[in-house]
Amino acid sequence: MPKIVAATGNEGVANALRQVTPDVCAAYPITPQTELMQRFSSFVSNGQVQTELVLVESEHSAMSACVGASAAGGRVATATSSQGLALMWEILYIASGLRLPIVMPVVNRSLSAPLNIHCDHSDAMGARDSGWIQIWSENAQEAYDNTIQAFRIAEHLDIRLPVMICYDGFIIGHSISRIEYLEDGEVQNFVGEFRQVNPLLDIEHPLSYGPLILPDYYMEYRKAQDEVASKVSKIVLDVADEFKKLSGRKYGLFETYRLDDADIGIVILNSAAGTTKDVIDEFRDRGIKAGLLKPRLYRPFPYVEMGEALKYLKAICVLDRSDAFGGSFGQMFLDISTSLYPYDKKPLLINKIYGLGGRDYLPEHAEHVLNELIEITRSGKVKAYKEYIGVRE
Amino acid sequence: MKLKGWKEVTPGAVILEAGNAIEFKTGSWRAFKPVWKKEHCIQCLLCWLYCPDMAIKVKDGRRAEFDYDFCKGCGICALECPGKKGIKAIIMVEEEK
Repeated sequence: MPKIVAATGNEGVANALRQVTPDVCAAYPITPQTELMQRFSSFVSNGQVQTELVLVESEHSAMSACVGASAAGGRVATATSSQGLALMWEILYIASGLRLPIVMPVVNRSLSAPLNIHCDHSDAMGARDSGWIQIWSENAQEAYDNTIQAFRIAEHLDIRLPVMICYDGFIIGHSISRIEYLEDGEVQNFVGEFRQVNPLLDIEHPLSYGPLILPDYYMEYRKAQDEVASKVSKIVLDVADEFKKLSGRKYGLFETYRLDDADIGIVILNSAAGTTKDVIDEFRDRGIKAGLLKPRLYRPFPYVEMGEALKYLKAICVLDRSDAFGGSFGQMFLDISTSLYPYDKKPLLINKIYGLGGRDYLPEHAEHVLNELIEITRSGKVKAYKEYIGVRE
Repeated sequence: MKLKGWKEVTPGAVILEAGNAIEFKTGSWRAFKPVWKKEHCIQCLLCWLYCPDMAIKVKDGRRAEFDYDFCKGCGICALECPGKKGIKAIIMVEEEK
Protein backbone atom coordinates (compact mmCIF):
# COMPACT_ATOMS: atom_id res chain seq x y z
CA MET A 1 0.00 0.00 0.00
CA PRO A 2 1.39 3.40 -0.88
CA LYS A 3 1.81 5.81 1.98
CA ILE A 4 0.53 9.35 1.48
CA VAL A 5 2.47 12.04 3.32
CA ALA A 6 2.82 15.80 3.49
CA ALA A 7 6.51 16.42 2.95
CA THR A 8 8.98 18.82 1.35
CA GLY A 9 10.46 17.91 -2.01
CA ASN A 10 13.86 17.48 -0.37
CA GLU A 11 12.36 15.14 2.23
CA GLY A 12 10.71 13.10 -0.52
CA VAL A 13 13.94 12.75 -2.48
CA ALA A 14 15.90 11.88 0.69
CA ASN A 15 13.33 9.16 1.32
CA ALA A 16 13.71 7.87 -2.25
CA LEU A 17 17.49 7.63 -1.69
CA ARG A 18 16.90 5.81 1.61
CA GLN A 19 14.59 3.34 -0.11
CA VAL A 20 17.10 2.69 -2.92
CA THR A 21 19.98 2.40 -0.38
CA PRO A 22 23.04 3.36 -2.44
CA ASP A 23 26.31 1.76 -1.33
CA VAL A 24 28.09 5.09 -1.19
CA CYS A 25 27.00 8.73 -1.00
CA ALA A 26 29.62 11.51 -0.97
CA ALA A 27 28.13 14.95 -0.53
CA TYR A 28 28.73 18.52 0.55
CA PRO A 29 25.92 20.79 1.79
CA ILE A 30 24.72 23.76 -0.26
CA THR A 31 21.47 25.72 -0.14
CA PRO A 32 18.84 24.62 -1.19
CA GLN A 33 20.09 21.01 -1.37
CA THR A 34 21.14 21.10 2.32
CA GLU A 35 17.83 19.83 3.68
CA LEU A 36 17.95 16.80 1.40
CA MET A 37 21.40 15.72 2.57
CA GLN A 38 20.67 16.66 6.18
CA ARG A 39 17.68 14.29 6.13
CA PHE A 40 19.62 11.58 4.36
CA SER A 41 22.51 11.83 6.83
CA SER A 42 19.96 11.50 9.66
CA PHE A 43 18.79 8.24 8.07
CA VAL A 44 22.41 7.07 8.03
CA SER A 45 23.09 8.15 11.64
CA ASN A 46 19.88 6.51 12.87
CA GLY A 47 20.72 3.25 11.15
CA GLN A 48 17.72 3.53 8.82
CA VAL A 49 19.86 3.11 5.70
CA GLN A 50 23.03 1.11 5.13
CA THR A 51 24.94 3.64 3.02
CA GLU A 52 28.55 4.69 3.42
CA LEU A 53 28.21 8.47 3.75
CA VAL A 54 31.43 10.29 2.88
CA LEU A 55 31.53 13.86 4.19
CA VAL A 56 33.94 15.71 1.96
CA GLU A 57 35.31 19.27 1.95
CA SER A 58 33.91 20.46 -1.40
CA GLU A 59 31.70 19.45 -4.29
CA HIS A 60 34.76 18.84 -6.45
CA SER A 61 35.76 16.20 -3.90
CA ALA A 62 32.18 14.93 -3.57
CA MET A 63 31.96 14.12 -7.27
CA SER A 64 35.53 12.77 -7.28
CA ALA A 65 34.69 10.40 -4.42
CA CYS A 66 31.54 9.35 -6.29
CA VAL A 67 33.61 8.59 -9.40
CA GLY A 68 35.99 6.44 -7.34
CA ALA A 69 33.22 4.62 -5.51
CA SER A 70 31.29 3.97 -8.71
CA ALA A 71 34.33 2.66 -10.58
CA ALA A 72 35.13 0.51 -7.56
CA GLY A 73 31.78 -1.19 -8.02
CA GLY A 74 29.25 0.59 -5.81
CA ARG A 75 25.82 2.04 -6.45
CA VAL A 76 26.47 5.74 -5.86
CA ALA A 77 24.44 8.91 -5.27
CA THR A 78 25.09 12.51 -4.33
CA ALA A 79 23.18 15.80 -4.59
CA THR A 80 23.97 19.46 -5.12
CA SER A 81 22.83 22.92 -6.25
CA SER A 82 24.16 26.01 -7.98
CA GLN A 83 27.81 26.83 -7.12
CA GLY A 84 28.24 23.24 -5.96
CA LEU A 85 27.35 21.93 -9.39
CA ALA A 86 29.60 24.56 -10.94
CA LEU A 87 32.49 23.36 -8.77
CA MET A 88 31.82 19.76 -9.87
CA TRP A 89 32.04 20.74 -13.53
CA GLU A 90 35.43 19.16 -14.23
CA ILE A 91 34.44 15.84 -12.68
CA LEU A 92 30.99 15.74 -14.31
CA TYR A 93 32.67 15.06 -17.64
CA ILE A 94 34.83 12.36 -16.06
CA ALA A 95 31.78 10.59 -14.58
CA SER A 96 30.02 10.51 -17.95
CA GLY A 97 33.18 9.80 -19.94
CA LEU A 98 33.97 6.79 -17.76
CA ARG A 99 30.29 5.77 -18.12
CA LEU A 100 29.64 5.65 -14.38
CA PRO A 101 25.94 5.42 -13.41
CA ILE A 102 25.98 8.00 -10.60
CA VAL A 103 22.59 9.46 -9.59
CA MET A 104 22.45 13.12 -8.50
CA PRO A 105 19.43 15.21 -7.54
CA VAL A 106 20.09 18.87 -8.48
CA VAL A 107 17.95 21.29 -6.49
CA ASN A 108 17.91 24.15 -8.97
CA ARG A 109 19.35 27.49 -7.86
CA SER A 110 20.76 30.56 -9.58
CA LEU A 111 24.47 31.19 -10.10
CA SER A 112 26.63 33.93 -8.57
CA ALA A 113 27.36 36.87 -9.09
CA PRO A 114 25.25 38.57 -7.85
CA LEU A 115 24.99 36.04 -5.06
CA ASN A 116 21.48 34.59 -4.78
CA ILE A 117 20.21 31.38 -3.18
CA HIS A 118 16.82 31.14 -4.91
CA CYS A 119 15.54 29.15 -7.83
CA ASP A 120 16.42 29.40 -11.45
CA HIS A 121 17.81 26.87 -13.88
CA SER A 122 21.23 28.36 -14.64
CA ASP A 123 23.04 25.66 -12.65
CA ALA A 124 21.74 22.57 -14.46
CA MET A 125 21.63 24.38 -17.83
CA GLY A 126 25.35 25.01 -17.46
CA ALA A 127 25.87 21.25 -17.19
CA ARG A 128 23.58 20.29 -20.05
CA ASP A 129 26.41 19.33 -22.39
CA SER A 130 28.38 17.33 -19.80
CA GLY A 131 27.15 13.95 -21.01
CA TRP A 132 24.81 13.47 -18.05
CA ILE A 133 21.21 12.48 -18.54
CA GLN A 134 18.93 15.23 -17.18
CA ILE A 135 15.40 14.55 -15.95
CA TRP A 136 13.36 17.55 -14.81
CA SER A 137 10.53 17.44 -12.26
CA GLU A 138 7.50 19.71 -11.81
CA ASN A 139 6.66 18.86 -8.20
CA ALA A 140 7.73 16.82 -5.18
CA GLN A 141 5.96 13.68 -6.41
CA GLU A 142 7.79 13.83 -9.74
CA ALA A 143 11.11 14.50 -7.99
CA TYR A 144 10.55 11.41 -5.80
CA ASP A 145 9.43 9.23 -8.73
CA ASN A 146 12.21 10.45 -11.03
CA THR A 147 14.87 9.75 -8.39
CA ILE A 148 13.79 6.12 -8.18
CA GLN A 149 13.57 5.73 -11.95
CA ALA A 150 16.97 7.44 -12.37
CA PHE A 151 18.81 4.45 -10.88
CA ARG A 152 17.25 2.07 -13.40
CA ILE A 153 18.00 4.42 -16.28
CA ALA A 154 21.58 5.16 -15.20
CA GLU A 155 22.44 1.52 -14.57
CA HIS A 156 20.87 0.11 -17.74
CA LEU A 157 23.54 -2.04 -19.36
CA ASP A 158 23.03 -0.49 -22.81
CA ILE A 159 23.96 2.98 -21.60
CA ARG A 160 25.50 3.24 -18.12
CA LEU A 161 25.45 7.01 -17.82
CA PRO A 162 25.11 9.36 -14.84
CA VAL A 163 21.73 11.02 -14.25
CA MET A 164 20.74 14.40 -12.77
CA ILE A 165 17.22 14.80 -11.39
CA CYS A 166 16.36 18.51 -11.45
CA TYR A 167 13.69 20.18 -9.32
CA ASP A 168 13.14 23.78 -8.28
CA GLY A 169 14.96 25.00 -5.18
CA PHE A 170 12.70 26.26 -2.36
CA ILE A 171 9.57 26.23 -4.57
CA ILE A 172 9.60 22.41 -4.59
CA GLY A 173 12.61 21.64 -2.39
CA HIS A 174 11.32 23.40 0.72
CA SER A 175 7.53 23.58 0.21
CA ILE A 176 5.40 20.92 1.83
CA SER A 177 3.06 19.10 -0.52
CA ARG A 178 1.41 15.73 -0.98
CA ILE A 179 3.69 12.83 -1.90
CA GLU A 180 2.73 9.23 -2.38
CA TYR A 181 5.56 6.96 -1.20
CA LEU A 182 5.99 3.45 -2.50
CA GLU A 183 6.84 0.75 0.01
CA ASP A 184 10.54 0.15 0.71
CA GLY A 185 10.34 -3.40 -0.67
CA GLU A 186 8.64 -2.23 -3.86
CA VAL A 187 11.37 0.32 -4.51
CA GLN A 188 14.12 -2.22 -3.81
CA ASN A 189 12.52 -4.74 -6.17
CA PHE A 190 12.12 -2.05 -8.80
CA VAL A 191 15.75 -0.93 -8.76
CA GLY A 192 17.07 -4.46 -8.20
CA GLU A 193 20.61 -5.51 -7.32
CA PHE A 194 23.38 -3.39 -8.75
CA ARG A 195 26.34 -4.97 -10.48
CA GLN A 196 29.08 -2.75 -11.86
CA VAL A 197 30.27 -4.20 -15.17
CA ASN A 198 33.97 -3.50 -14.69
CA PRO A 199 34.52 -3.01 -10.95
CA LEU A 200 37.98 -1.83 -9.93
CA LEU A 201 37.74 -3.84 -6.72
CA ASP A 202 37.49 -7.13 -8.61
CA ILE A 203 41.07 -8.05 -7.78
CA GLU A 204 40.86 -11.30 -9.76
CA HIS A 205 40.49 -9.19 -12.93
CA PRO A 206 42.66 -6.08 -12.58
CA LEU A 207 41.85 -3.24 -14.98
CA SER A 208 42.56 0.45 -15.48
CA TYR A 209 40.24 3.46 -15.47
CA GLY A 210 41.12 6.82 -16.95
CA PRO A 211 43.97 6.15 -19.39
CA LEU A 212 45.46 8.83 -21.61
CA ILE A 213 43.81 8.61 -25.04
CA LEU A 214 45.79 10.42 -27.74
CA PRO A 215 44.64 11.79 -31.12
CA ASP A 216 44.69 8.31 -32.70
CA TYR A 217 41.76 7.14 -30.54
CA TYR A 218 40.13 10.13 -28.78
CA MET A 219 37.56 10.75 -31.52
CA GLU A 220 36.44 7.12 -31.55
CA TYR A 221 35.62 7.33 -27.82
CA ARG A 222 33.77 10.62 -28.36
CA LYS A 223 31.76 9.17 -31.26
CA ALA A 224 30.82 6.20 -29.04
CA GLN A 225 29.74 8.69 -26.34
CA ASP A 226 27.54 10.53 -28.84
CA GLU A 227 26.04 7.27 -30.07
CA VAL A 228 25.12 6.00 -26.61
CA ALA A 229 22.94 9.10 -26.13
CA SER A 230 20.67 7.89 -28.93
CA LYS A 231 19.71 4.86 -26.84
CA VAL A 232 18.55 6.82 -23.81
CA SER A 233 15.01 7.84 -24.89
CA LYS A 234 13.81 4.28 -25.32
CA ILE A 235 15.22 3.21 -21.97
CA VAL A 236 13.60 6.20 -20.23
CA LEU A 237 10.24 5.17 -21.75
CA ASP A 238 10.67 1.48 -20.86
CA VAL A 239 11.52 2.34 -17.25
CA ALA A 240 8.53 4.73 -17.15
CA ASP A 241 6.20 1.94 -18.35
CA GLU A 242 7.42 -0.37 -15.65
CA PHE A 243 7.14 2.39 -13.06
CA LYS A 244 3.52 3.03 -14.11
CA LYS A 245 2.67 -0.61 -13.40
CA LEU A 246 4.09 -0.19 -9.92
CA SER A 247 2.81 3.29 -9.04
CA GLY A 248 -0.04 4.06 -11.45
CA ARG A 249 1.77 7.28 -12.40
CA LYS A 250 2.56 7.87 -16.06
CA TYR A 251 5.78 9.45 -17.33
CA GLY A 252 7.14 10.13 -20.81
CA LEU A 253 9.91 12.08 -22.52
CA PHE A 254 7.78 15.19 -21.93
CA GLU A 255 4.28 16.01 -20.78
CA THR A 256 1.73 17.66 -23.05
CA TYR A 257 -1.23 19.51 -21.60
CA ARG A 258 -4.22 20.33 -23.85
CA LEU A 259 -1.75 20.51 -26.73
CA ASP A 260 -3.33 18.19 -29.32
CA ASP A 261 -5.64 20.73 -30.97
CA ALA A 262 -3.83 23.86 -29.74
CA ASP A 263 -3.03 26.89 -31.91
CA ILE A 264 -0.73 28.51 -29.38
CA GLY A 265 1.55 26.86 -26.86
CA ILE A 266 3.97 27.42 -24.02
CA VAL A 267 7.07 25.30 -23.44
CA ILE A 268 8.21 25.52 -19.83
CA LEU A 269 10.18 23.43 -17.33
CA ASN A 270 9.53 22.37 -13.76
CA SER A 271 7.28 24.05 -11.17
CA ALA A 272 6.18 26.98 -13.37
CA ALA A 273 4.37 24.45 -15.58
CA GLY A 274 1.78 24.00 -12.82
CA THR A 275 0.90 27.73 -12.75
CA THR A 276 0.81 27.80 -16.54
CA LYS A 277 -1.64 24.88 -16.76
CA ASP A 278 -4.15 26.80 -14.59
CA VAL A 279 -3.93 29.82 -16.89
CA ILE A 280 -4.28 27.60 -19.96
CA ASP A 281 -7.51 26.21 -18.45
CA GLU A 282 -8.83 29.79 -18.13
CA PHE A 283 -7.98 30.55 -21.76
CA ARG A 284 -9.58 27.28 -22.87
CA ASP A 285 -12.75 28.28 -20.96
CA ARG A 286 -12.80 31.40 -23.13
CA GLY A 287 -12.53 29.25 -26.26
CA ILE A 288 -8.85 29.95 -26.94
CA LYS A 289 -6.94 26.89 -28.08
CA ALA A 290 -3.88 27.04 -25.85
CA GLY A 291 -1.67 24.18 -24.73
CA LEU A 292 1.56 23.37 -22.92
CA LEU A 293 4.59 21.16 -23.32
CA LYS A 294 6.76 20.43 -20.29
CA PRO A 295 10.05 18.66 -21.08
CA ARG A 296 11.04 15.84 -18.73
CA LEU A 297 14.04 14.22 -20.44
CA TYR A 298 16.08 17.32 -21.22
CA ARG A 299 19.39 15.58 -22.00
CA PRO A 300 19.68 13.78 -24.31
CA PHE A 301 17.13 16.17 -25.82
CA PRO A 302 14.42 14.31 -27.76
CA TYR A 303 14.60 16.66 -30.76
CA VAL A 304 12.53 14.53 -33.15
CA GLU A 305 9.69 13.74 -30.72
CA MET A 306 9.60 17.35 -29.57
CA GLY A 307 9.45 18.66 -33.15
CA GLU A 308 6.62 16.26 -34.02
CA ALA A 309 4.63 17.34 -30.97
CA LEU A 310 5.01 21.07 -31.64
CA LYS A 311 5.05 21.46 -35.44
CA TYR A 312 1.26 21.81 -35.78
CA LEU A 313 1.05 24.93 -33.62
CA LYS A 314 0.81 28.46 -35.02
CA ALA A 315 2.86 30.21 -32.36
CA ILE A 316 4.94 29.04 -29.40
CA CYS A 317 6.63 30.80 -26.53
CA VAL A 318 9.56 29.05 -24.87
CA LEU A 319 9.95 30.29 -21.31
CA ASP A 320 13.48 29.94 -19.95
CA ARG A 321 14.33 30.27 -16.27
CA SER A 322 17.96 30.92 -17.27
CA ASP A 323 19.71 32.93 -19.91
CA ALA A 324 22.59 32.15 -22.23
CA PHE A 325 24.57 35.34 -22.00
CA GLY A 326 26.42 36.59 -25.02
CA GLY A 327 23.56 37.91 -27.12
CA SER A 328 21.99 34.47 -27.39
CA PHE A 329 18.60 33.11 -26.29
CA GLY A 330 17.52 30.99 -23.34
CA GLN A 331 18.99 27.49 -23.56
CA MET A 332 15.65 25.72 -24.04
CA PHE A 333 14.63 28.16 -26.78
CA LEU A 334 17.73 27.10 -28.73
CA ASP A 335 16.80 23.43 -28.35
CA ILE A 336 13.17 23.94 -29.33
CA SER A 337 14.24 26.02 -32.34
CA THR A 338 16.52 23.18 -33.41
CA SER A 339 13.67 20.68 -32.99
CA LEU A 340 11.48 22.68 -35.37
CA TYR A 341 14.16 23.66 -37.89
CA PRO A 342 13.68 20.61 -40.20
CA TYR A 343 10.02 21.41 -40.95
CA ASP A 344 9.03 23.63 -43.90
CA LYS A 345 5.88 24.78 -42.14
CA LYS A 346 6.56 25.58 -38.52
CA PRO A 347 5.25 27.74 -35.69
CA LEU A 348 6.45 31.27 -35.01
CA LEU A 349 8.70 31.14 -31.96
CA ILE A 350 9.39 33.63 -29.21
CA ASN A 351 11.52 33.42 -26.08
CA LYS A 352 10.79 34.88 -22.64
CA ILE A 353 13.25 34.86 -19.74
CA TYR A 354 11.45 34.68 -16.39
CA GLY A 355 11.90 33.88 -12.71
CA LEU A 356 15.66 34.45 -12.39
CA GLY A 357 17.03 34.27 -8.86
CA GLY A 358 13.67 33.20 -7.45
CA ARG A 359 11.58 36.05 -8.95
CA ASP A 360 7.95 34.87 -8.70
CA TYR A 361 6.31 33.49 -11.80
CA LEU A 362 2.70 34.60 -11.53
CA PRO A 363 -0.46 33.71 -13.48
CA GLU A 364 -0.42 37.18 -15.06
CA HIS A 365 2.95 36.38 -16.62
CA ALA A 366 1.44 33.35 -18.37
CA GLU A 367 -1.57 35.50 -19.38
CA HIS A 368 0.73 38.15 -20.82
CA VAL A 369 2.57 35.51 -22.85
CA LEU A 370 -0.60 33.82 -24.14
CA ASN A 371 -2.12 37.19 -25.12
CA GLU A 372 1.04 38.00 -27.06
CA LEU A 373 0.84 34.61 -28.81
CA ILE A 374 -2.79 35.35 -29.78
CA GLU A 375 -1.65 38.68 -31.23
CA ILE A 376 1.15 36.93 -33.16
CA THR A 377 -1.27 34.41 -34.71
CA ARG A 378 -3.58 37.32 -35.73
CA SER A 379 -0.91 39.55 -37.22
CA GLY A 380 1.63 36.94 -38.28
CA LYS A 381 4.27 39.29 -36.90
CA VAL A 382 6.73 38.97 -34.02
CA LYS A 383 7.63 42.16 -32.18
CA ALA A 384 10.53 40.82 -30.15
CA TYR A 385 12.05 37.34 -30.31
CA LYS A 386 13.53 37.55 -26.83
CA GLU A 387 12.25 39.50 -23.84
CA TYR A 388 12.63 39.44 -20.05
CA ILE A 389 9.28 39.29 -18.25
CA GLY A 390 8.55 40.27 -14.63
CA VAL A 391 11.43 42.75 -14.68
CA ARG A 392 11.27 46.45 -13.75
CA GLU A 393 12.21 49.03 -16.39
CA MET B 1 48.49 -2.57 -36.41
CA LYS B 2 44.95 -1.81 -37.61
CA LEU B 3 43.32 0.84 -35.43
CA LYS B 4 39.90 0.01 -34.00
CA GLY B 5 36.72 1.82 -35.07
CA TRP B 6 34.36 3.56 -32.65
CA LYS B 7 32.08 0.52 -32.37
CA GLU B 8 34.97 -1.60 -31.12
CA VAL B 9 36.36 0.58 -28.33
CA THR B 10 35.59 -0.27 -24.69
CA PRO B 11 32.87 1.84 -23.06
CA GLY B 12 34.43 4.50 -20.82
CA ALA B 13 37.93 3.74 -22.20
CA VAL B 14 38.40 1.12 -19.48
CA ILE B 15 41.47 -1.06 -20.06
CA LEU B 16 40.30 -4.60 -19.38
CA GLU B 17 43.68 -6.32 -19.19
CA ALA B 18 46.42 -5.70 -16.68
CA GLY B 19 50.12 -5.33 -17.39
CA ASN B 20 49.97 -4.07 -20.95
CA ALA B 21 51.95 -0.89 -20.35
CA ILE B 22 54.91 -2.98 -21.54
CA GLU B 23 53.47 -2.76 -25.06
CA PHE B 24 53.70 1.03 -25.03
CA LYS B 25 57.34 2.04 -25.20
CA THR B 26 58.04 5.51 -23.81
CA GLY B 27 61.82 5.71 -24.14
CA SER B 28 61.58 7.97 -27.19
CA TRP B 29 60.26 10.82 -24.97
CA ARG B 30 63.74 11.20 -23.48
CA ALA B 31 65.83 14.35 -23.95
CA PHE B 32 68.54 13.42 -21.42
CA LYS B 33 69.74 9.90 -20.91
CA PRO B 34 71.00 8.46 -17.61
CA VAL B 35 74.29 6.61 -17.89
CA TRP B 36 75.37 4.09 -15.26
CA LYS B 37 79.01 4.24 -14.16
CA LYS B 38 79.38 0.82 -12.60
CA GLU B 39 82.69 1.61 -10.94
CA HIS B 40 81.07 4.31 -8.73
CA CYS B 41 77.98 2.21 -7.83
CA ILE B 42 77.60 1.00 -4.22
CA GLN B 43 74.53 -1.14 -5.02
CA CYS B 44 72.27 0.79 -2.66
CA LEU B 45 69.33 0.38 -5.11
CA LEU B 46 68.00 3.87 -4.34
CA CYS B 47 67.72 4.43 -8.12
CA TRP B 48 65.46 1.36 -8.39
CA LEU B 49 63.37 2.61 -5.46
CA TYR B 50 62.98 6.16 -6.80
CA CYS B 51 62.40 5.37 -10.47
CA PRO B 52 58.78 6.36 -11.25
CA ASP B 53 58.68 3.75 -14.02
CA MET B 54 60.42 0.36 -13.95
CA ALA B 55 63.43 1.46 -15.94
CA ILE B 56 66.09 0.16 -13.51
CA LYS B 57 66.57 -3.55 -14.01
CA VAL B 58 67.58 -5.67 -11.02
CA LYS B 59 69.12 -9.09 -11.42
CA ASP B 60 69.83 -11.45 -8.50
CA GLY B 61 69.29 -8.60 -6.04
CA ARG B 62 71.85 -6.39 -7.76
CA ARG B 63 71.44 -3.36 -9.98
CA ALA B 64 71.72 -4.08 -13.69
CA GLU B 65 71.51 -1.86 -16.83
CA PHE B 66 68.82 0.75 -17.54
CA ASP B 67 65.77 -0.32 -19.51
CA TYR B 68 65.95 2.41 -22.15
CA ASP B 69 62.65 1.32 -23.74
CA PHE B 70 60.84 2.84 -20.76
CA CYS B 71 63.22 5.42 -19.25
CA LYS B 72 61.79 8.90 -19.98
CA GLY B 73 64.94 10.64 -18.76
CA CYS B 74 63.41 12.34 -15.73
CA GLY B 75 66.76 12.33 -13.93
CA ILE B 76 65.42 11.42 -10.48
CA CYS B 77 67.82 8.43 -10.26
CA ALA B 78 70.81 10.68 -11.00
CA LEU B 79 69.66 13.19 -8.39
CA GLU B 80 69.17 10.56 -5.69
CA CYS B 81 72.30 8.54 -6.44
CA PRO B 82 74.75 8.90 -3.48
CA GLY B 83 77.61 7.41 -5.54
CA LYS B 84 80.91 6.35 -4.09
CA LYS B 85 82.98 8.94 -2.18
CA GLY B 86 80.95 11.77 -3.64
CA ILE B 87 81.26 10.60 -7.26
CA LYS B 88 77.85 9.85 -8.77
CA ALA B 89 77.25 6.48 -10.37
CA ILE B 90 74.51 7.93 -12.59
CA ILE B 91 75.09 10.93 -14.83
CA MET B 92 72.72 12.55 -17.32
CA VAL B 93 73.94 13.11 -20.86
CA GLU B 94 72.15 14.75 -23.77
CA GLU B 95 70.53 12.28 -26.18
CA GLU B 96 72.39 12.10 -29.44
CA LYS B 97 70.50 13.39 -32.43
